[in-house]
Amino acid sequence: MHETLSDTFSRLASLDREVFAIAWLSLRVSLSAVLIGCLVGIPLGSLVAVSRFPGRSGAVGLLNAAMGLPPVIVGLVVYLLLSRSGPLGPLGILFTPAAMVAAQSVLVTPLIAALTRQIVADAEAHLGEQLRSLRLSAWRRAGILIFDVRFSLLTAVLAAFGRAISEIGAVLVVGGNIDGFTRTMTTAISLETQKGDLALALALGLVLIGLVILVSMAASLLRAYAARAYG
Amino acid sequence: MSPALPIRLERLAYRVPGKTILDCLEATIAEPGITALIGPNGAGKSVTLRLIDGLLTPSEGTIRIGADGSARRAFVFQRPALVRASVSRNVALALEPLALSRRERTSRIERALARVGLRGRAGDPATKLSGGEQQRLALARAWATEPQLLLLDEPTASLDPAATEALEALVAEMAGGGTKILIVSHNLGQVARLADDVVVLDAGRAVEHGPTRQVLFHPRTAEARAYLKGELPWTSFAAAS
Ligand SMILES: Nc1ncnc2c1ncn2[C@@H]1O[C@H](COP(=O)(O)OP(=O)(O)OP(=O)(O)O)[C@@H](O)[C@H]1O
Ligand SMILES: [Mg+2]
Repeated sequence: MHETLSDTFSRLASLDREVFAIAWLSLRVSLSAVLIGCLVGIPLGSLVAVSRFPGRSGAVGLLNAAMGLPPVIVGLVVYLLLSRSGPLGPLGILFTPAAMVAAQSVLVTPLIAALTRQIVADAEAHLGEQLRSLRLSAWRRAGILIFDVRFSLLTAVLAAFGRAISEIGAVLVVGGNIDGFTRTMTTAISLETQKGDLALALALGLVLIGLVILVSMAASLLRAYAARAYG
Repeated sequence: MSPALPIRLERLAYRVPGKTILDCLEATIAEPGITALIGPNGAGKSVTLRLIDGLLTPSEGTIRIGADGSARRAFVFQRPALVRASVSRNVALALEPLALSRRERTSRIERALARVGLRGRAGDPATKLSGGEQQRLALARAWATEPQLLLLDEPTASLDPAATEALEALVAEMAGGGTKILIVSHNLGQVARLADDVVVLDAGRAVEHGPTRQVLFHPRTAEARAYLKGELPWTSFAAAS
Protein backbone atom coordinates (compact mmCIF):
# COMPACT_ATOMS: atom_id res chain seq x y z
CA MET A 1 0.00 0.00 0.00
CA HIS A 2 2.75 2.37 1.07
CA GLU A 3 4.73 1.47 -2.01
CA THR A 4 1.72 2.09 -4.24
CA LEU A 5 1.25 5.56 -2.77
CA SER A 6 4.84 6.69 -3.17
CA ASP A 7 4.88 5.21 -6.64
CA THR A 8 1.69 7.19 -7.39
CA PHE A 9 3.33 10.43 -6.39
CA SER A 10 6.50 9.75 -8.29
CA ARG A 11 4.48 9.09 -11.41
CA LEU A 12 2.47 12.26 -10.79
CA ALA A 13 5.65 14.23 -10.21
CA SER A 14 7.24 13.10 -13.41
CA LEU A 15 3.92 13.84 -15.10
CA ASP A 16 4.21 10.68 -17.02
CA ARG A 17 3.63 11.39 -20.70
CA GLU A 18 1.11 8.60 -20.84
CA VAL A 19 -0.92 10.08 -17.98
CA PHE A 20 -0.76 13.46 -19.60
CA ALA A 21 -1.96 12.17 -22.97
CA ILE A 22 -4.85 10.30 -21.39
CA ALA A 23 -5.92 13.31 -19.33
CA TRP A 24 -5.71 15.55 -22.37
CA LEU A 25 -7.91 13.23 -24.43
CA SER A 26 -10.51 13.02 -21.65
CA LEU A 27 -10.58 16.76 -21.34
CA ARG A 28 -10.88 17.31 -25.09
CA VAL A 29 -13.67 14.77 -25.49
CA SER A 30 -15.71 15.99 -22.54
CA LEU A 31 -15.28 19.68 -23.27
CA SER A 32 -16.29 19.13 -26.89
CA ALA A 33 -19.36 17.21 -25.76
CA VAL A 34 -20.30 19.94 -23.29
CA LEU A 35 -19.84 22.58 -25.98
CA ILE A 36 -22.17 20.70 -28.32
CA GLY A 37 -24.54 20.11 -25.40
CA CYS A 38 -24.63 23.87 -24.74
CA LEU A 39 -25.20 24.77 -28.38
CA VAL A 40 -28.20 22.45 -28.52
CA GLY A 41 -29.37 22.25 -24.92
CA ILE A 42 -29.44 25.94 -23.96
CA PRO A 43 -31.65 27.07 -26.88
CA LEU A 44 -33.79 23.94 -26.54
CA GLY A 45 -34.32 24.36 -22.79
CA SER A 46 -35.04 28.07 -23.19
CA LEU A 47 -37.54 27.42 -25.94
CA VAL A 48 -39.43 24.90 -23.82
CA ALA A 49 -39.35 27.37 -20.93
CA VAL A 50 -40.79 30.37 -22.77
CA SER A 51 -43.16 28.82 -25.31
CA ARG A 52 -46.58 27.31 -24.83
CA PHE A 53 -47.47 24.37 -27.01
CA PRO A 54 -49.67 21.29 -26.68
CA GLY A 55 -47.84 18.47 -24.96
CA ARG A 56 -45.45 20.84 -23.25
CA SER A 57 -45.69 19.25 -19.82
CA GLY A 58 -44.97 15.89 -21.44
CA ALA A 59 -41.89 17.38 -23.07
CA VAL A 60 -40.72 18.77 -19.73
CA GLY A 61 -41.20 15.37 -18.10
CA LEU A 62 -39.27 13.68 -20.86
CA LEU A 63 -36.46 16.19 -20.59
CA ASN A 64 -36.21 15.73 -16.84
CA ALA A 65 -36.22 11.96 -17.20
CA ALA A 66 -33.52 12.14 -19.89
CA MET A 67 -31.22 13.86 -17.38
CA GLY A 68 -30.72 10.48 -15.76
CA LEU A 69 -29.99 8.44 -18.90
CA PRO A 70 -27.57 5.62 -17.99
CA PRO A 71 -24.30 6.29 -19.86
CA VAL A 72 -23.87 2.70 -20.91
CA ILE A 73 -27.30 2.70 -22.57
CA VAL A 74 -26.46 5.93 -24.39
CA GLY A 75 -23.21 4.30 -25.46
CA LEU A 76 -25.07 1.27 -26.71
CA VAL A 77 -27.54 3.31 -28.76
CA VAL A 78 -24.79 5.46 -30.27
CA TYR A 79 -22.82 2.27 -30.95
CA LEU A 80 -25.77 0.83 -32.88
CA LEU A 81 -26.11 4.06 -34.85
CA LEU A 82 -22.42 4.20 -35.70
CA SER A 83 -21.75 0.51 -36.25
CA ARG A 84 -21.00 -0.55 -39.79
CA SER A 85 -24.57 -1.69 -40.44
CA GLY A 86 -26.10 1.26 -38.59
CA PRO A 87 -27.57 4.36 -40.26
CA LEU A 88 -24.47 6.41 -39.46
CA GLY A 89 -22.08 3.58 -40.20
CA PRO A 90 -20.68 5.19 -43.39
CA LEU A 91 -19.16 7.94 -41.23
CA GLY A 92 -16.72 5.32 -40.01
CA ILE A 93 -16.12 6.99 -36.66
CA LEU A 94 -16.84 4.09 -34.32
CA PHE A 95 -13.93 3.52 -31.92
CA THR A 96 -12.57 7.03 -32.48
CA PRO A 97 -12.63 10.07 -30.19
CA ALA A 98 -15.35 11.52 -32.45
CA ALA A 99 -17.66 8.69 -31.47
CA MET A 100 -16.94 9.38 -27.79
CA VAL A 101 -17.78 13.04 -28.30
CA ALA A 102 -21.02 12.02 -30.02
CA ALA A 103 -22.02 9.68 -27.19
CA GLN A 104 -21.17 12.17 -24.45
CA SER A 105 -23.04 14.90 -26.32
CA VAL A 106 -26.15 12.73 -26.28
CA LEU A 107 -25.55 12.18 -22.59
CA VAL A 108 -25.15 15.83 -21.54
CA THR A 109 -27.55 17.61 -23.91
CA PRO A 110 -30.72 16.61 -22.02
CA LEU A 111 -29.02 17.49 -18.73
CA ILE A 112 -28.15 20.98 -19.96
CA ALA A 113 -31.55 21.44 -21.59
CA ALA A 114 -33.47 20.38 -18.47
CA LEU A 115 -31.44 22.57 -16.11
CA THR A 116 -31.64 25.49 -18.55
CA ARG A 117 -35.39 25.08 -18.78
CA GLN A 118 -35.73 25.30 -15.01
CA ILE A 119 -33.43 28.31 -14.70
CA VAL A 120 -35.01 30.19 -17.61
CA ALA A 121 -38.54 29.33 -16.42
CA ASP A 122 -37.76 30.94 -13.05
CA ALA A 123 -36.48 34.05 -14.80
CA GLU A 124 -39.53 34.08 -17.05
CA ALA A 125 -41.82 33.98 -14.02
CA HIS A 126 -40.03 37.03 -12.69
CA LEU A 127 -39.43 39.01 -15.91
CA GLY A 128 -41.61 37.55 -18.62
CA GLU A 129 -44.63 39.75 -18.22
CA GLN A 130 -42.54 42.90 -18.03
CA LEU A 131 -40.66 41.99 -21.20
CA ARG A 132 -43.89 41.24 -23.04
CA SER A 133 -45.30 44.54 -21.83
CA LEU A 134 -42.28 46.27 -23.37
CA ARG A 135 -43.41 44.73 -26.71
CA LEU A 136 -40.12 42.96 -27.29
CA SER A 137 -40.19 40.14 -29.82
CA ALA A 138 -40.25 36.53 -28.64
CA TRP A 139 -36.69 35.91 -29.81
CA ARG A 140 -35.45 39.04 -28.13
CA ARG A 141 -37.22 38.09 -24.91
CA ALA A 142 -35.64 34.63 -24.94
CA GLY A 143 -32.25 36.22 -25.57
CA ILE A 144 -32.67 38.65 -22.69
CA LEU A 145 -33.75 35.86 -20.34
CA ILE A 146 -30.75 33.68 -21.25
CA PHE A 147 -28.42 36.61 -20.81
CA ASP A 148 -30.02 37.40 -17.46
CA VAL A 149 -29.36 33.90 -16.12
CA ARG A 150 -25.96 33.47 -17.77
CA PHE A 151 -24.14 32.88 -14.50
CA SER A 152 -26.71 30.42 -13.21
CA LEU A 153 -26.35 28.52 -16.46
CA LEU A 154 -22.74 28.01 -15.50
CA THR A 155 -23.98 25.59 -12.87
CA ALA A 156 -25.75 23.57 -15.55
CA VAL A 157 -22.66 23.56 -17.74
CA LEU A 158 -20.53 22.50 -14.81
CA ALA A 159 -22.89 19.67 -13.92
CA ALA A 160 -22.72 18.51 -17.52
CA PHE A 161 -18.92 18.61 -17.52
CA GLY A 162 -18.81 16.65 -14.28
CA ARG A 163 -21.10 14.02 -15.71
CA ALA A 164 -19.15 13.76 -18.95
CA ILE A 165 -15.62 13.62 -17.53
CA SER A 166 -16.50 11.04 -14.90
CA GLU A 167 -18.64 8.64 -16.89
CA ILE A 168 -17.20 5.43 -18.22
CA GLY A 169 -20.05 3.51 -19.85
CA ALA A 170 -20.50 5.60 -22.99
CA VAL A 171 -16.82 6.18 -23.82
CA LEU A 172 -15.98 2.56 -23.19
CA VAL A 173 -18.71 1.19 -25.46
CA VAL A 174 -18.17 3.53 -28.42
CA GLY A 175 -14.47 4.25 -27.93
CA GLY A 176 -13.24 0.80 -27.14
CA ASN A 177 -10.48 1.92 -24.74
CA ILE A 178 -7.80 1.69 -27.41
CA ASP A 179 -4.35 2.38 -26.00
CA GLY A 180 -3.01 5.74 -27.09
CA PHE A 181 -6.12 6.54 -29.12
CA THR A 182 -9.42 6.32 -27.25
CA ARG A 183 -8.21 5.58 -23.73
CA THR A 184 -9.64 8.13 -21.30
CA MET A 185 -9.01 8.60 -17.62
CA THR A 186 -12.04 6.60 -16.52
CA THR A 187 -11.45 3.70 -18.88
CA ALA A 188 -7.74 3.68 -18.03
CA ILE A 189 -8.41 3.71 -14.29
CA SER A 190 -10.74 0.76 -14.67
CA LEU A 191 -8.26 -1.15 -16.82
CA GLU A 192 -5.17 -0.41 -14.71
CA THR A 193 -7.04 -1.45 -11.58
CA GLN A 194 -7.90 -4.75 -13.20
CA LYS A 195 -4.32 -5.21 -14.37
CA GLY A 196 -3.06 -4.44 -10.89
CA ASP A 197 -1.13 -1.25 -11.74
CA LEU A 198 -2.67 0.55 -8.81
CA ALA A 199 -0.10 3.34 -8.86
CA LEU A 200 -1.05 4.38 -12.36
CA ALA A 201 -4.77 3.99 -11.55
CA LEU A 202 -4.40 6.21 -8.50
CA ALA A 203 -2.28 8.78 -10.32
CA LEU A 204 -4.97 9.01 -12.98
CA GLY A 205 -7.64 9.19 -10.31
CA LEU A 206 -5.87 12.11 -8.65
CA VAL A 207 -5.53 13.92 -11.96
CA LEU A 208 -9.23 13.35 -12.67
CA ILE A 209 -10.28 14.71 -9.28
CA GLY A 210 -7.86 17.60 -9.63
CA LEU A 211 -9.33 18.52 -13.01
CA VAL A 212 -12.90 18.44 -11.73
CA ILE A 213 -11.98 20.56 -8.70
CA LEU A 214 -10.06 23.03 -10.86
CA VAL A 215 -12.93 23.50 -13.28
CA SER A 216 -15.53 23.89 -10.55
CA MET A 217 -13.31 26.35 -8.67
CA ALA A 218 -12.94 28.44 -11.80
CA ALA A 219 -16.70 28.40 -12.21
CA SER A 220 -17.44 29.43 -8.64
CA LEU A 221 -14.88 32.23 -8.84
CA LEU A 222 -16.63 33.49 -11.94
CA ARG A 223 -20.00 33.30 -10.19
CA ALA A 224 -18.72 35.09 -7.13
CA TYR A 225 -17.32 37.82 -9.33
CA ALA A 226 -20.62 38.04 -11.18
CA ALA A 227 -22.61 38.21 -7.95
CA ARG A 228 -20.49 41.13 -6.81
CA ALA A 229 -20.76 42.92 -10.13
CA TYR A 230 -24.38 42.25 -11.07
CA GLY A 231 -26.19 41.25 -7.86
CA MET B 1 -57.46 65.08 -26.14
CA SER B 2 -55.07 62.30 -25.21
CA PRO B 3 -54.89 59.54 -27.84
CA ALA B 4 -55.51 57.09 -25.00
CA LEU B 5 -58.98 58.46 -24.34
CA PRO B 6 -61.63 57.40 -23.96
CA ILE B 7 -60.89 53.97 -22.50
CA ARG B 8 -63.96 51.82 -22.93
CA LEU B 9 -64.31 48.47 -21.22
CA GLU B 10 -67.39 46.85 -22.69
CA ARG B 11 -69.00 43.75 -21.18
CA LEU B 12 -65.53 42.55 -20.33
CA ALA B 13 -65.26 38.95 -19.14
CA TYR B 14 -62.15 36.99 -18.26
CA ARG B 15 -62.35 33.34 -17.37
CA VAL B 16 -59.83 30.65 -16.60
CA PRO B 17 -60.86 27.00 -16.45
CA GLY B 18 -63.28 26.62 -13.56
CA LYS B 19 -63.25 30.26 -12.58
CA THR B 20 -64.75 33.55 -13.68
CA ILE B 21 -62.43 36.38 -12.76
CA LEU B 22 -64.08 39.27 -14.56
CA ASP B 23 -67.76 39.11 -15.19
CA CYS B 24 -69.35 41.62 -17.55
CA LEU B 25 -67.24 44.53 -16.42
CA GLU B 26 -68.36 47.89 -17.85
CA ALA B 27 -66.52 51.17 -17.50
CA THR B 28 -65.77 54.22 -19.58
CA ILE B 29 -62.87 56.40 -18.60
CA ALA B 30 -63.12 59.60 -20.59
CA GLU B 31 -61.31 62.19 -18.48
CA PRO B 32 -57.56 62.86 -18.58
CA GLY B 33 -55.49 62.71 -15.42
CA ILE B 34 -55.31 59.88 -12.93
CA THR B 35 -57.94 57.20 -12.51
CA ALA B 36 -57.67 54.89 -9.51
CA LEU B 37 -58.88 51.30 -9.52
CA ILE B 38 -59.74 50.13 -6.03
CA GLY B 39 -61.47 47.14 -4.53
CA PRO B 40 -60.87 44.13 -2.29
CA ASN B 41 -58.17 41.51 -2.84
CA GLY B 42 -59.10 39.26 -5.71
CA ALA B 43 -61.61 41.71 -7.18
CA GLY B 44 -59.84 41.58 -10.53
CA LYS B 45 -57.91 44.86 -10.55
CA SER B 46 -54.58 43.42 -11.69
CA VAL B 47 -56.30 41.27 -14.30
CA THR B 48 -58.09 44.36 -15.62
CA LEU B 49 -54.80 46.24 -15.98
CA ARG B 50 -53.24 43.25 -17.76
CA LEU B 51 -56.18 43.10 -20.15
CA ILE B 52 -55.85 46.81 -20.90
CA ASP B 53 -52.13 46.39 -21.54
CA GLY B 54 -52.79 43.45 -23.82
CA LEU B 55 -50.90 40.94 -21.67
CA LEU B 56 -54.15 38.97 -21.41
CA THR B 57 -56.92 38.53 -23.93
CA PRO B 58 -60.53 38.93 -22.80
CA SER B 59 -62.76 35.86 -22.94
CA GLU B 60 -65.62 38.13 -23.93
CA GLY B 61 -66.26 41.80 -24.50
CA THR B 62 -63.98 44.47 -25.90
CA ILE B 63 -61.45 47.02 -24.79
CA ARG B 64 -61.25 50.22 -26.82
CA ILE B 65 -58.44 52.61 -26.13
CA GLY B 66 -58.71 56.00 -27.79
CA ALA B 67 -60.00 56.38 -31.31
CA ASP B 68 -57.88 53.68 -32.90
CA GLY B 69 -56.18 51.72 -30.11
CA SER B 70 -52.74 52.94 -31.13
CA ALA B 71 -51.94 54.69 -27.85
CA ARG B 72 -48.53 53.74 -26.48
CA ARG B 73 -48.89 51.90 -23.18
CA ALA B 74 -46.49 51.16 -20.36
CA PHE B 75 -46.93 48.98 -17.28
CA VAL B 76 -45.24 49.34 -13.90
CA PHE B 77 -45.71 46.24 -11.77
CA GLN B 78 -45.94 46.00 -8.02
CA ARG B 79 -42.52 44.40 -7.87
CA PRO B 80 -40.14 46.02 -10.30
CA ALA B 81 -38.85 43.46 -12.78
CA LEU B 82 -35.32 44.47 -13.71
CA VAL B 83 -32.69 42.60 -15.69
CA ARG B 84 -29.22 41.94 -14.31
CA ALA B 85 -27.57 44.80 -16.09
CA SER B 86 -26.82 48.44 -15.45
CA VAL B 87 -29.47 50.99 -14.56
CA SER B 88 -29.22 52.67 -17.95
CA ARG B 89 -29.26 49.34 -19.78
CA ASN B 90 -32.62 48.60 -18.16
CA VAL B 91 -34.05 51.79 -19.59
CA ALA B 92 -32.43 51.16 -22.97
CA LEU B 93 -34.21 47.82 -23.20
CA ALA B 94 -37.59 49.53 -23.13
CA LEU B 95 -36.57 51.79 -25.99
CA GLU B 96 -35.49 48.97 -28.31
CA PRO B 97 -38.88 48.45 -29.97
CA LEU B 98 -39.19 52.18 -30.65
CA ALA B 99 -36.42 52.28 -33.27
CA LEU B 100 -34.94 55.60 -32.13
CA SER B 101 -31.72 57.15 -33.31
CA ARG B 102 -28.76 56.55 -31.05
CA ARG B 103 -28.73 60.18 -30.01
CA GLU B 104 -32.40 60.28 -29.21
CA ARG B 105 -32.06 57.06 -27.23
CA THR B 106 -29.18 58.36 -25.14
CA SER B 107 -30.91 61.62 -24.44
CA ARG B 108 -34.16 59.91 -23.41
CA ILE B 109 -32.31 57.59 -21.04
CA GLU B 110 -30.52 60.52 -19.45
CA ARG B 111 -33.67 62.60 -19.11
CA ALA B 112 -35.70 59.74 -17.64
CA LEU B 113 -33.00 58.86 -15.10
CA ALA B 114 -32.52 62.50 -14.18
CA ARG B 115 -36.22 62.88 -13.61
CA VAL B 116 -36.34 60.05 -11.07
CA GLY B 117 -33.08 61.12 -9.44
CA LEU B 118 -31.01 58.16 -10.64
CA ARG B 119 -28.74 59.90 -13.10
CA GLY B 120 -25.71 59.41 -10.88
CA ARG B 121 -26.43 55.67 -10.71
CA ALA B 122 -26.68 55.08 -14.47
CA GLY B 123 -23.74 52.69 -14.52
CA ASP B 124 -24.60 50.77 -11.36
CA PRO B 125 -26.07 47.27 -11.49
CA ALA B 126 -29.86 47.69 -11.28
CA THR B 127 -30.27 44.82 -8.85
CA LYS B 128 -28.06 46.66 -6.35
CA LEU B 129 -30.60 49.50 -5.98
CA SER B 130 -32.89 49.69 -2.96
CA GLY B 131 -36.55 48.76 -3.37
CA GLY B 132 -37.62 52.37 -3.71
CA GLU B 133 -34.85 53.12 -6.20
CA GLN B 134 -35.78 50.05 -8.21
CA GLN B 135 -39.38 51.18 -8.40
CA ARG B 136 -38.23 54.63 -9.50
CA LEU B 137 -36.12 52.97 -12.16
CA ALA B 138 -39.17 51.00 -13.31
CA LEU B 139 -41.02 54.28 -13.58
CA ALA B 140 -38.14 55.89 -15.48
CA ARG B 141 -38.17 52.95 -17.86
CA ALA B 142 -41.87 53.48 -18.49
CA TRP B 143 -41.36 57.22 -18.74
CA ALA B 144 -38.61 56.97 -21.34
CA THR B 145 -41.01 55.32 -23.77
CA GLU B 146 -43.23 58.42 -23.50
CA PRO B 147 -46.40 56.42 -22.94
CA GLN B 148 -49.80 57.90 -23.57
CA LEU B 149 -51.33 55.45 -21.14
CA LEU B 150 -49.47 54.37 -18.00
CA LEU B 151 -50.69 51.43 -15.94
CA LEU B 152 -49.50 51.24 -12.35
CA ASP B 153 -50.27 48.17 -10.24
CA GLU B 154 -49.74 49.01 -6.56
CA PRO B 155 -46.45 50.75 -7.36
CA THR B 156 -45.82 51.85 -3.79
CA ALA B 157 -47.01 48.73 -1.95
CA SER B 158 -43.57 47.87 -0.63
CA LEU B 159 -42.11 51.35 -0.28
CA ASP B 160 -41.49 53.44 2.82
CA PRO B 161 -43.33 56.77 3.24
CA ALA B 162 -40.53 58.89 1.78
CA ALA B 163 -40.14 56.67 -1.28
CA THR B 164 -43.91 56.58 -1.66
CA GLU B 165 -44.07 60.35 -1.62
CA ALA B 166 -41.27 60.60 -4.19
CA LEU B 167 -43.07 58.17 -6.48
CA GLU B 168 -46.40 59.95 -6.08
CA ALA B 169 -44.79 63.24 -7.07
CA LEU B 170 -43.41 61.63 -10.21
CA VAL B 171 -46.75 60.11 -11.10
CA ALA B 172 -48.51 63.45 -10.62
CA GLU B 173 -45.89 65.12 -12.79
CA MET B 174 -46.42 62.58 -15.57
CA ALA B 175 -50.17 63.08 -15.43
CA GLY B 176 -49.56 66.81 -15.62
CA GLY B 177 -47.56 66.19 -18.78
CA GLY B 178 -50.61 64.66 -20.45
CA THR B 179 -50.10 60.95 -19.79
CA LYS B 180 -53.32 59.17 -18.89
CA ILE B 181 -52.69 57.13 -15.75
CA LEU B 182 -54.53 54.15 -14.32
CA ILE B 183 -53.36 53.22 -10.85
CA VAL B 184 -54.35 50.30 -8.64
CA SER B 185 -53.85 51.05 -4.98
CA HIS B 186 -55.00 49.89 -1.57
CA ASN B 187 -53.60 53.06 -0.05
CA LEU B 188 -56.68 55.24 0.08
CA GLY B 189 -54.72 58.25 1.27
CA GLN B 190 -52.75 57.90 -1.93
CA VAL B 191 -55.95 57.57 -3.95
CA ALA B 192 -57.26 60.74 -2.32
CA ARG B 193 -54.01 62.60 -3.02
CA LEU B 194 -53.56 61.49 -6.63
CA ALA B 195 -56.74 60.38 -8.32
CA ASP B 196 -59.23 62.50 -10.21
CA ASP B 197 -61.74 59.70 -10.43
CA VAL B 198 -62.14 56.26 -8.90
CA VAL B 199 -63.49 52.97 -10.20
CA VAL B 200 -64.48 50.43 -7.55
CA LEU B 201 -64.20 46.78 -8.57
CA ASP B 202 -65.84 43.98 -6.67
CA ALA B 203 -66.01 40.32 -7.64
CA GLY B 204 -65.05 41.00 -11.23
CA ARG B 205 -67.45 43.87 -11.86
CA ALA B 206 -67.16 47.64 -11.77
CA VAL B 207 -69.66 48.54 -9.09
CA GLU B 208 -69.06 52.26 -8.89
CA HIS B 209 -67.29 55.00 -10.82
CA GLY B 210 -67.18 58.69 -9.94
CA PRO B 211 -65.07 61.63 -8.83
CA THR B 212 -62.62 60.70 -6.07
CA ARG B 213 -64.26 62.64 -3.27
CA GLN B 214 -67.70 61.38 -4.08
CA VAL B 215 -66.63 57.74 -4.23
CA LEU B 216 -64.48 57.89 -1.09
CA PHE B 217 -66.85 59.95 1.06
CA HIS B 218 -70.27 59.16 -0.31
CA PRO B 219 -70.14 55.74 -1.90
CA ARG B 220 -73.47 54.82 -3.42
CA THR B 221 -73.20 51.05 -3.51
CA ALA B 222 -73.09 48.60 -0.64
CA GLU B 223 -69.95 46.92 -2.07
CA ALA B 224 -68.03 50.19 -2.19
CA ARG B 225 -69.16 51.08 1.34
CA ALA B 226 -68.07 47.68 2.64
CA TYR B 227 -64.64 47.96 1.02
CA LEU B 228 -64.04 51.51 2.19
CA LYS B 229 -65.17 50.74 5.72
CA GLY B 230 -62.79 47.81 5.94
CA GLU B 231 -59.82 49.41 4.24
CA LEU B 232 -59.91 53.07 5.04
CA PRO B 233 -57.39 54.16 7.66
CA TRP B 234 -59.68 57.01 8.72
CA THR B 235 -57.23 58.97 10.76
CA SER B 236 -54.39 59.11 8.28
CA PHE B 237 -56.87 59.63 5.49
CA ALA B 238 -58.46 62.61 7.26
CA ALA B 239 -55.00 64.08 7.74
CA ALA B 240 -54.13 63.57 4.11
CA SER B 241 -57.25 65.14 2.66
N1 LIG C 1 -53.90 33.19 -14.34
C1 LIG C 1 -54.80 33.02 -13.37
N2 LIG C 1 -55.31 31.80 -13.14
C2 LIG C 1 -56.21 31.57 -12.19
N3 LIG C 1 -56.70 32.53 -11.39
C3 LIG C 1 -56.25 33.77 -11.57
C4 LIG C 1 -55.27 34.10 -12.56
N4 LIG C 1 -55.01 35.41 -12.49
C5 LIG C 1 -55.79 35.88 -11.50
N5 LIG C 1 -56.53 34.91 -10.94
C6 LIG C 1 -57.52 35.07 -9.88
O1 LIG C 1 -58.37 36.12 -10.26
C7 LIG C 1 -58.77 36.85 -9.14
C8 LIG C 1 -58.49 38.31 -9.36
O2 LIG C 1 -57.09 38.49 -9.42
P1 LIG C 1 -56.41 39.92 -9.43
O3 LIG C 1 -54.96 39.67 -9.34
O4 LIG C 1 -56.91 40.71 -10.58
O5 LIG C 1 -56.94 40.55 -8.08
P2 LIG C 1 -56.66 41.99 -7.51
O6 LIG C 1 -57.94 42.74 -7.55
O7 LIG C 1 -55.51 42.59 -8.22
O8 LIG C 1 -56.30 41.64 -6.02
P3 LIG C 1 -55.14 42.23 -5.07
O9 LIG C 1 -55.72 43.42 -4.42
O10 LIG C 1 -54.94 41.13 -4.08
O11 LIG C 1 -53.94 42.50 -5.91
C9 LIG C 1 -58.03 36.27 -7.96
O12 LIG C 1 -58.93 35.43 -7.24
C10 LIG C 1 -56.93 35.47 -8.57
O13 LIG C 1 -56.63 34.35 -7.79
MG1 LIG D 1 -53.46 42.89 -7.75
